[in-house]
Amino acid sequence: MKKNKVDKGRRRFLKFGVMGSAGLVMAVYFGTGGEKTKKAFEIWNKDSSILAPNAWISIDSTGIVTVRVNHSELGQGITTALPMIIAEELEADWSRIRFEIAPAEAVYKNPAFNSQLTAASTSVKTSWDILRKAGAAVREMLIAAAASTWNVNVSECRAEKGAVIHTTSGQRLEFGKLAGRASRLPVPKKVVLKNPDEFKIIGQPLKRLDSSSKFNGSAVFGIDVKLPGLLTATVIHPPVFNARVKLFDSDTIKNMKGIRHVLEIDNGIAVVADSFWQAKNGADTLKIEWTHNEIKDLDSEKLLKRWGELSNKEGKTIHEQGNPKEALANSSKEIKAVYELPYQAHATAEPMNCTAYIHKGICDVWAPTQNQDAAQEMAARITGLKYENINIHTPFVGGGFGRRIAVDYVAEAVQIAKMIKAPVKVIWTREEDMTNDFYRPANTNVIKAGLNEQGFPVTWSHRIVGPDHMAHMLPRLLPSFLPYWIPRSLRDLVSGIANRVLPGVIPGKKISEGASHIPYAIENINVDYVEDDPGIPLGFWRSVAFSHNTFVVESFIDEIAAAAEKDPFKLRLKLLEGKPRMQNVLKLAAEKTGWTNENTNGLSRGIAFLDFHGTILCFIAEVTVSPKGHVKVQRVICAVDCGIVINPQIVKSQISGGIVFGLTATLKSSITVRKGRIVESNFDDFPLLRIDEMPVVDVHMVKSAQPPTGIGESAVPLIAPAVTNAVFAATGKRIRRIPIDNQTLIMR
Amino acid sequence: MITLRVNDKAYKVDVDPETPLLWVLREQLGLTGTKYSCGIAECGACTVHIDGEPVLSCITTIEDVSGQDITTIEGLQGWIADSLREGWINEDVSQCGYCQPGQIMTAAALLESNPHPNDDDINNAMSGVYCRCGTYPEIRKAIHHASSVSSVSSVSWGVDHEKK
Repeated sequence: MKKNKVDKGRRRFLKFGVMGSAGLVMAVYFGTGGEKTKKAFEIWNKDSSILAPNAWISIDSTGIVTVRVNHSELGQGITTALPMIIAEELEADWSRIRFEIAPAEAVYKNPAFNSQLTAASTSVKTSWDILRKAGAAVREMLIAAAASTWNVNVSECRAEKGAVIHTTSGQRLEFGKLAGRASRLPVPKKVVLKNPDEFKIIGQPLKRLDSSSKFNGSAVFGIDVKLPGLLTATVIHPPVFNARVKLFDSDTIKNMKGIRHVLEIDNGIAVVADSFWQAKNGADTLKIEWTHNEIKDLDSEKLLKRWGELSNKEGKTIHEQGNPKEALANSSKEIKAVYELPYQAHATAEPMNCTAYIHKGICDVWAPTQNQDAAQEMAARITGLKYENINIHTPFVGGGFGRRIAVDYVAEAVQIAKMIKAPVKVIWTREEDMTNDFYRPANTNVIKAGLNEQGFPVTWSHRIVGPDHMAHMLPRLLPSFLPYWIPRSLRDLVSGIANRVLPGVIPGKKISEGASHIPYAIENINVDYVEDDPGIPLGFWRSVAFSHNTFVVESFIDEIAAAAEKDPFKLRLKLLEGKPRMQNVLKLAAEKTGWTNENTNGLSRGIAFLDFHGTILCFIAEVTVSPKGHVKVQRVICAVDCGIVINPQIVKSQISGGIVFGLTATLKSSITVRKGRIVESNFDDFPLLRIDEMPVVDVHMVKSAQPPTGIGESAVPLIAPAVTNAVFAATGKRIRRIPIDNQTLIMR
Repeated sequence: MITLRVNDKAYKVDVDPETPLLWVLREQLGLTGTKYSCGIAECGACTVHIDGEPVLSCITTIEDVSGQDITTIEGLQGWIADSLREGWINEDVSQCGYCQPGQIMTAAALLESNPHPNDDDINNAMSGVYCRCGTYPEIRKAIHHASSVSSVSSVSWGVDHEKK
């Protein structure tokens, strides 16, 4: 498939402006749509018997419908959910639906970012309209083909379960038999979409399309890619961030069996061998001296102390309404608390890896990534090849959680493949994976509220102290957002400038997401931010800033309830007055639990509420705390309104999956830094939640006719505050630092 | 040369005898269903059967298992495998799927020794296999499902089992 992206018309553009002494300040405007994309016949390999009139659907003469999925399958079920949307409007036979992951191509960009990126729970939300229309258009073509075959009016025909039926005569033709004829018909510009009450596929707990290959070991993940003559490399990264290689002695390992190359690359040292175990043994034996830098004295405890001191400083205002200072002075009761959140690792089950092969002017990359465009841009930069000559293949991905939005592992594979002129698979050890993550930022939060005489909060101020992940990620990703036509030299220049300028400009906005705009009706609000970035690489961690801010906000609402001697459910309900959709979710959770804040049978309950980019959730956690301070989460009741539910089983899985992800961070593991190094290195010191620690999860979905919103991340932020609020109900002790330290809960 | 007997087939491999079985399965024999995740016997993703017992292949050297019967996810057969497959599909267990071969191999060994496990038995047997996606509730249901399927049909599938 030939690719040619260079001469495509683009609406999005870069705008430069020189402003004062700040030098070049850049604003990037991303327009969506308006791009010329490839025509259907260029996107699909097809012959005349195949109907593939758009980028999403191909129907062959046997009636098999192949759906192109423009998102990575990370486990979130997108290779089932998106085909379901198409199958609904297409009136397809679900048993004949297949999927394939789309190649990197303009038409497959995620409209939320104008980049082919699986992120921010946007897949279903952004695909909903596009895929319904695509499915309906193909349905109309098949109906028209059948009508012309029978020489009847299209209005006498309908599509049903993979066939077109002539209503009056009962004649029937399957999609496969109509594909060839339909492929010669024009694609309708306007189509009528079904009413939600006509849905037959959407809303059903249909089985995932990726299940069977994941049962028998045949599913190909990035780490499983096979190629003739493939070598395996492992990479040793600097033990202290940003340190460089000073000296290494490759002679000591060159004679070890299977070792082929020992290379210095941008990110460290690569040991290339015939097999992984040989490469790993070589890497373990290799002596490397590293340069030192300013991070070498960094320490988590010292950081917390520093942030505690910095929290007395006035920060950059992120959001202000009313007059918080005056309101605080006039309030009848003031409460204040400090919350501290640690760094967190993604710890995907499949460690970072990537396979690259550069041959005859083509670069093939097999990347378990969430970011095809960034992978392609990275390969283009390293190889000097045009985009059209770089093929990104996306295998199954063994967990992403945001880690694979960065493409550092892609850079390594392509760089090594270029140096050794052979196909190579880079596999990181778990230790390298754990210590070279783009971590969820740590921060310190000082939060205050003033209550009126009735005990309701009238003023709220929240100060966040710490680094902002976006200052790390946007400069890295920027080149992949730039239009294709921007030449390499200008592209690199822009990235260079962005790397220097952006970290000084952007911090504050993204790190305060989930804190800056809380759903509760409080008249006076101030949210500010004190930036202090110690230099540990940061990225997007499932639910991103909500993962820490929701813990702070939902814990502190509980503190307000306790200070005012109010029921935490009723207080939230009152503060959500005038927001019936939110109140409805809150009430549903309470009703399903039989909410009472009193202990029942040793179970204590905690509640938490969240509006996550339009997905509304309420969690009620039931916990027990043993005399030795051991917290066991027995059950979590979840009410969720995510608009129209595509597949309820997948929604449930994402909720319980988010709970497990969040519970590991609440009860078990975090990332600490000592002497500039990440302390945790594997699952012995970063343990995950186990099956015996898993609570029962009850999910209740609100029936809705609203367009669907995202579900993949939304559960993560809620579980920590729901659990710690329950721990407060059980023990009277307020947890303001997670993971929970059991020592603090021992009953005396 | 070391001889390995994997999924009822004999292989001769010319690698360092201290190489973990995991990497020989994956790289020499091309059986990539068995997964690397921690390499230190903490996560269970690399679980295979040696003479029917669940073993972590990431810390098991090939010299230690030479001549023994090794079963990987690709070679898991018989009535337990069939009933687990039914359970796994019925409960739609997999999310990313990366740990699932380790989960299934561990579950198969559990059902082999205990055809009707209760929740505590499942906890004891399965707590060594991590799932970062959090498929635990579905895993539990799938094992119960497999257990109930196999008890209903064990008579007809018994023939299969005998053959094995």
